[in-house]
This record gives sequence, C-alpha cells and structure tokens, in this order.
Amino acid sequence: MAPDHSAAGAISPWRLAWLIALKDLRIEARSRVVVYQVLPFAVIVMVMFGFALDDDGIAQRVAPGLIWLATLFSLLVVVQRSFAVEAADGALDALRVAGVDAVSIFLGKALAMAAQLVVLELVLFVTAVVLYGPRVRPGGLALLVVTWVLATIGLALVGTLYGGLTAGFTGRETLLPLLVLPVVAPVLIGATRAVESALGTTGAAVSEGWPWIGLLTVFAGAFGVGGSLAFGPLIDE
Amino acid sequence: MEDAGFIIGSYVVTFGVIGAYAVAMLTRARRLARRVADEDKPWT
Amino acid sequence: MSIPPDDTDITTAGTSSAATRLLGTLAVVGVAWLVAFGLLFSPADRDQRESVRIMYVHVPSAWLAYLAFIVTAGASALYLFRAAHSLAWDRLAGASAEVGVVFMGITLLTGMLWGRLSWGVFWTWDARLTTTAFLFVTYVGYLAVRRLGGTHQQRARRSAAVALLGVLEIPLVHFSVRLWRNLHQESTVARPDGDVKMDGLMLFSLVVGLVAFTLLYVWLVIHRQRALVLEDAAEDHGLEQALSDRRAEAALPGGR
Repeated sequence: MAPDHSAAGAISPWRLAWLIALKDLRIEARSRVVVYQVLPFAVIVMVMFGFALDDDGIAQRVAPGLIWLATLFSLLVVVQRSFAVEAADGALDALRVAGVDAVSIFLGKALAMAAQLVVLELVLFVTAVVLYGPRVRPGGLALLVVTWVLATIGLALVGTLYGGLTAGFTGRETLLPLLVLPVVAPVLIGATRAVESALGTTGAAVSEGWPWIGLLTVFAGAFGVGGSLAFGPLIDE
Repeated sequence: MEDAGFIIGSYVVTFGVIGAYAVAMLTRARRLARRVADEDKPWT
Repeated sequence: MSIPPDDTDITTAGTSSAATRLLGTLAVVGVAWLVAFGLLFSPADRDQRESVRIMYVHVPSAWLAYLAFIVTAGASALYLFRAAHSLAWDRLAGASAEVGVVFMGITLLTGMLWGRLSWGVFWTWDARLTTTAFLFVTYVGYLAVRRLGGTHQQRARRSAAVALLGVLEIPLVHFSVRLWRNLHQESTVARPDGDVKMDGLMLFSLVVGLVAFTLLYVWLVIHRQRALVLEDAAEDHGLEQALSDRRAEAALPGGR
C-alpha cells in the first residue's frame, strides 16, 4: 500500500497510526489469538458468574455489570497480547528508532484494540442474553450502541497506555491489572448504568442513561489527550 | 464500654504505623549510609 | 571513588541532621499534645459521644494524605516540564508518595473504625471514602512503577507520567462515584465526620492534630527523600565499581 506523503516527504502521524492499527489487526487476522483464546475465556467468565451467583433473578438484574466485568478481565488479556506481538522482535523500539511518533503508536494500537474489543463485547452481550435472559427494548438500542462504542474507546486507550509501560519485561506484566482496573472504574460505573437504563433491568428509564454517556465521553477525551502525551515517557527505555 | 477499645485502637494504629514506618526507614537509611561517601550527603 | 565513612560515627550516620532532629522533637511534642487533647481534654460530641475522638487522628491523616498526593503530582510535573529534569523533584515525588500511602492507609483504617463505632458499618460507598480508597490503590501502583528498574532518569520519567495520569484519573473516579451514589439518594452525607458540630475546644484539638501531622509529614518526607539520595548514590557506586572491576579484568595480561 502506498503511504501518502506530505510535501516534506514524511508520512502524517494520523496515517501512521492507521497503518499501525491495520498491522495489528492483520496480525490478529492471521493468528486468531483473540478469537480462539480470549473470546472463549470471556464466555467462560460469564458462565462462572452464573455459577457464583446461583440465582437466575439476580443474574438477570446484574447482567449489564457482568458483561462489563467480563469485558474488563478480557481487556487485560487483550492488552498483554497487543504488546506481546511487539516484544518478540523489539518491534516497538524499532518503530521509535525509525522516528515514529509515540502518539501514532499509541493511537494506532488503541484503535486496533478497540476494534477487537467491540467484537468481543458483542459476543459477551449475546452470551448474556442467552445465559441470563435480559431483554432489549427498542427505545434503548441507540443508548446501547453509543455506550458500547464510547466505553470501548475509553478502555482501549487506557489499556494501550499502561500496556506499553508494563509490556515485555518479566515482573512487569503482573503490574498491568493493578494499574488499569482503578483507572477504568469510571467506565465500569458509567457503562453499566447506561446499559441498565437501555435494558431496563433495574427499572431505570432509558433517559437516565444519557448522563452517563457524558461521563464516558469525557473519559475517552481525557485519556485520548492525556494518553497521547504520557505514552512517550512511559515506553521509553 | 467497647467504644474505648476502638478509640484507643485508632490512636494506637495511627501512631504505631507511623512509628514503625519511621523506625524502619531510619534503620535502613543508616545501613545504606555506611556504603555511601560523605560528600554524597549534602545534609551533613 | 571515595572511602566509606567510619561505621562508628553516629552523628553522620543515616539521614539525620540538626534540622531534622529539631523537627522531630517538635513533631513528638505535637503528637503528645494531640493525644492529650484528643483523648482527654476535648469534650465528647453531643450526638456521637466519645467516638468523635477518632476524628482527631482521622481528619488530619486524610488532609496530609491528600497534601502528599498534591506534592507528588506537583513534583512530578516540575521534573517533567522543566528543562533541567532534576532528579531532586523525582525523589521528592517518590518520598511524598510513600509517606502519603502510609497516611492514606491510616485514614482508611481509622475511618473504618469510626464508621463501625458511630454508624455500625465499616464501609459506605460514599464518594469521598471510595475516592480515598482509589487514591490509595493508585499510589500503591505508582510506588510499584518506581521499582521497575532502569536508570534514575528513566524511573523518574515513567513515574512522573504515571503520577500525572493519576491526577487525571482521580477526579474522574470521584465524579463517577458521586453520580452513582446520587442514584441511591445519598445526598445526605452518611459519614461520621459530616455531621459533627464543633465547639471551640474541639476545633482547637483538630488544629493541634493538623499541626502535629504536618510536622510528622515534613519530617518523614525529608528523611525518606534523603534515603532516596542514598539509594541512588549507592546504586551508582555499585555500578561504577562493577565497571572498574570489568576494566581491571580486561587489562590483565593474558586476560580475556
């Protein structure tokens, strides 16, 4: 594919980010690690929730929370995978040495991660409907989709950010959950409340879900900008 | 009244933790200081 | 590079100096006053009776924990955004963070004891308590990141970025928890220190607590930051030693 060159002969950072995202997705298309390993894991987590809760009524009521919890656990695995593909050949360092802006790497990898997460969450949602039985009401569909996209962007940004820091060295990967989970708590709160409103599982009206969209938007914006600035210092070795 | 236990306990926990932390930090620093030359310690 | 100091010289041992000895003495006096006022001289509260005494250690501890966090964030910013990238800022950030974790742990513990006493529950999900817990965990993560190795500058850069991301995260967490708890109609503050009506003596005791804790904080941070200077120097020393050993080896006749 021909990169588009600006007048100075350099590739624009956005184009670079896009190329990096495509690279990651191509790796996944070939290796299918997320599809064959992480997706089944996520489904198993949902089954485990069912065992632990032991009550169909409760499980249906908390289904939105369970979906996002399973998503968070899967996020940790997806993040590690995203950076494992770089670590093997020191690819991240090679990119940096070649002069690729940290921001491009950050946004590119986050984009690829978001794409994979979006698919994973769709599967989780269907699994939840099958296992726990909540119903989707037509009025809540827009809210559901917007939540789905926004929350995923936020999670992918945070995951990529701390993934870059903790990747590649033994004794570091175990730090990822401790760093990521507190930071994505607002997403868990907001996305769960929004989906609860969309589905009506807790008796909430659809209109009550939209303020949470504001929170998710601010979150994504904050970590889009903050992450772009912080990624460079975090991955420089 | 068991209240006293909680109240005194709070004070004990507070100053016990701070004290233990201070002692541990000072002893460790003392041990470290032996390996470091005086000119690297601008406070002496 | 230099001869290590004599082991038996106590006055230059460790991280003490005349200033810290004075500060430490004042801190101990302050703590003694706090205990006296908190446990003996101050009155019982009208509603909470004796359990309000926990406030005199819980609130100062919380304030200093938050102050420590602000210092860490500020020092991290100063490290990162000033051209000199002076490691002194990094060490201050690290020292304040560690002391902050200690104070935050105390805040959470005493808060739980107070809550149990006056409200019967160890924990409520109100925004301030939950945010404090998150601050604690975030700090612990920050301290772990400081231990990831590398050169002093690498550590400093990484940690500074993580600290500043924390500044981004904490308001978001606080706001989302507040929004969440409002759903449960918890606008009335369900925590002990929310509804204490303070008379003059109680306020005075609280101020004594704040002063004592501030002295403690400063004393602890000075010592911890000096200990970090020692750690970095010892590490540099060890590195220099290893390098000169290598060179000596290589210079040997018939050596590899």
